[in-house]
Amino acid sequence: MRLSGRQIDCIRGGRGVFSGLDFETSSGEVLAVVGPNGSGKTSLLRLIAGLLVPAGGSIDLEGGEAELTLPEQSHYLGHRDALKPALSVHENLAFWRDFLGGKIGELSQCLSAVGLGHATHLPAAYLSAGQRRRLSIARLLVVRRPVWLLDEPTSALDTAGQDLFVGVMREHLASGGIIIAATHTPLGIGARELRMGGAT
Amino acid sequence: MTALAALIRRDIRIAVRVGGGALIGVLFFLTVTVLMPFAIGPDLALLTRLGPAILWFGALLASLLTLDRLFTADHEDGSLDLIVMGRAPLELACAAKALAHWLAAGLPLIVATPVLGLLLNLDATATAAVALTLLVGTPALTFTGMIGAALAVTLHRGGLLLAVLVLPLSIPVLIFGVAASQAAITGPLSFGTPFSILCALSLVSLVVGPFAAAASLRHGLD
Repeated sequence: MRLSGRQIDCIRGGRGVFSGLDFETSSGEVLAVVGPNGSGKTSLLRLIAGLLVPAGGSIDLEGGEAELTLPEQSHYLGHRDALKPALSVHENLAFWRDFLGGKIGELSQCLSAVGLGHATHLPAAYLSAGQRRRLSIARLLVVRRPVWLLDEPTSALDTAGQDLFVGVMREHLASGGIIIAATHTPLGIGARELRMGGAT
Repeated sequence: MTALAALIRRDIRIAVRVGGGALIGVLFFLTVTVLMPFAIGPDLALLTRLGPAILWFGALLASLLTLDRLFTADHEDGSLDLIVMGRAPLELACAAKALAHWLAAGLPLIVATPVLGLLLNLDATATAAVALTLLVGTPALTFTGMIGAALAVTLHRGGLLLAVLVLPLSIPVLIFGVAASQAAITGPLSFGTPFSILCALSLVSLVVGPFAAAASLRHGLD
């Protein structure tokens, strides 16, 4: 699988964020998007996820499932955790599994994998920031998607959580996945860097 | 289909839990209807004549009250991004959300109508007529209101904008809803004519609402 973008222009709120951006990554690779605040890291991820429309250029995935679009084959882990405080940990994850089309019966396994096995019936409102992040990461595990788009994935995670996440990413890469991560801190895993320009 | 069923189940579950919107809507409906006789005065004949209009107005405001959370809640916590990216068509996802909203917030209003009819001195026929028109008409309120909710999703303080956007759209529903109820009570018009138009309005909104909401969500995300 190969994911590439050519000559991408991004305009948000009438201001050019970046233009003429090229990137390329393939199965088993991590592309770390680095750069100062406001350089368009999140915008790039949202463009790939289909949540923003590029002002120019194209993004292509080769070798994916032909009848599905790129966003439909991607996981997006954004700043916001997409959790409902009124629902329990288990219910939150079960909803995303059913909505995104995962297999039945892997929930408790995924929750233990991210270290939340003891808190399945706790309402998500009572989770700490790190636990919320862990629950979001469980979403990546419960439904298989080849492309992972991660925005500051390790923020709020403790050291053990970061190690755990490195393991999760390694497993994903070993199964032929692609990871594009916007980050300020080293991911703890070998990655190619895509440096975004400074804000002008 | 599992995706849409999961969405409906989740939204209903959130609505009936503590802090959800389902009960708030009914309580608001109750309050508006109970306050009305105090404003109008203890004239029973007048109350009977105004009853259907009061009930319809209460239901309209109550359904508007909870409608602004339809998409903003999902937008604020990032769920909306994932719903847009999902494999279920966005139009169907919007329809599923509106259906869940109606089941959780619209249906209780109709169940409460007979009780509130008593307060307004409506007899059994009149109450049944109002309840029936509400049953047919409130889906139209929800599905047209959804368009406004989708437009307001990316704006801060969208809730206020929603009322301005949605209320004019609900005028036809209000006219024919009240007309059908009045026709059943006093005549001279037959009940069937305005009721059929009300049904037609609902059916149109069921079709147009999801497409319009999905289109505005796609353009509004940023």
